[in-house]
Amino acid sequence: MNKVVKDADEAIMDITDGATIMLGGFGLCGIPENCISALVKKGVKDLTCISNNAGVDDFGIGLMLKTRQVKKMISSYVGENAEFERQLLSGELEVDLIPQGTLATRCMAAAYGMPAVWVRAGVGTEVAEGKEVRNFGGVDYLLEYAFDAPFAIVKAWKGDTHGNLVFRKTTRNFNMPMAMGGKITIAEVEELVPAGAIDPDHVHVPGIYVHRIFQGKQYEKRIEQRTVRSKS
Amino acid sequence: MLDKNGIARRIAKEVKDGYYVNLGIGIPTLVANYIPRGLNVTLQSENGMLGMGPFPVEGDEDPDLINAGKQTITEVPGTAYFDSALSFGMIRAGKVDLTILGAMEVSEEGDIANWKIPGKMVKGMGGAMDLVAAAKNIIVAMQHVNKAGESKLLPRCSLPLTGVKCVKKIVTELAVLEVVPGKGFVLLERAPGVTVEEIRKATAGKLVVEGDVPEMDIA
Repeated sequence: MNKVVKDADEAIMDITDGATIMLGGFGLCGIPENCISALVKKGVKDLTCISNNAGVDDFGIGLMLKTRQVKKMISSYVGENAEFERQLLSGELEVDLIPQGTLATRCMAAAYGMPAVWVRAGVGTEVAEGKEVRNFGGVDYLLEYAFDAPFAIVKAWKGDTHGNLVFRKTTRNFNMPMAMGGKITIAEVEELVPAGAIDPDHVHVPGIYVHRIFQGKQYEKRIEQRTVRSKS
Repeated sequence: MLDKNGIARRIAKEVKDGYYVNLGIGIPTLVANYIPRGLNVTLQSENGMLGMGPFPVEGDEDPDLINAGKQTITEVPGTAYFDSALSFGMIRAGKVDLTILGAMEVSEEGDIANWKIPGKMVKGMGGAMDLVAAAKNIIVAMQHVNKAGESKLLPRCSLPLTGVKCVKKIVTELAVLEVVPGKGFVLLERAPGVTVEEIRKATAGKLVVEGDVPEMDIA
């Protein structure tokens, strides 16, 4: 069992044109910066990206939009990106908007080996169009299918050589359900440690879900909305 | 008539000791500033946090610690982190006591529209559909009329819906109203200096006025 790869280029070596990829993070928080750069460098096209957001113009998934590598985004909120808007309005880019909880739970369903889940979000709205509705205890629910994504790319704070992952603060977000919901999961971590160096009680994602891991470099960790209060 | 902070101040009175509260973006975020000291209230941020604290002081910003509006925030004693699936799990399971969010339109049946204007750029619903479908208690914080001067309290919503029959209460710059399906917008309180007639004029849906309507206490 050797899950450790050299770098992002090696980690994404078998991602080809037309691939469907889950990408972890919320806004710019906890995004897999190294793998996004490697995908841009590799130039793979016609990608379907399952990601809560689409980055900003010059960072995150925005970098892959700029190079026109993305065919379709499956997201809950995409409002922070002018190039995104341009491609969407010109018809170059397809977008499937999904309620955020449904997006997370469709990842989780894949992680838990469940083909579908019943959720209330979207009942009576245009999100329900074409979906199966069933009543449980007097309440209507929509049938939502588990994602079937060949690749998931996530960023964790720490990882070990067995693929066990630990996240920091609000970076667990979509990284955790996606790490567990992808067929092949690639994890980039700020610090890669030997097996045994992480307290087993502190593992967030067990290594069984992780197939490739590497220590990323030069994390920018850009802040999207820098908000502060005065010291007084 | 209230300003945004006045609306937030009035909504803060709906927050009870021991509540877990989810605050949406905009006016709802301001509510946190007016929750009375001494109440034990925990703020939930749907990107994966219970126990959201105020903005950090300059220099203490942490890119790994943001709220659902992508703003830098801080922890409080007792904060817990989790992932997005669990976050919406606790929302769906009804563990969050109160959800406060903004709206473009609310109908007299309690339907809400706040995510899409057809023909304009659509940014997405984020977590709003999940929140309104699940929360036991939803309060809408919004202006009574839109920028074109049209009422946002309607017999039926004209914009694509976010959720159906879910809004319980509305606080605007003019009034506090309870939404009672089958009845309409029941006027509970008037903003200081605002008359019932002014509220009636700004409400396109059915306004129910029962007896004397008191002025809000926003002290």
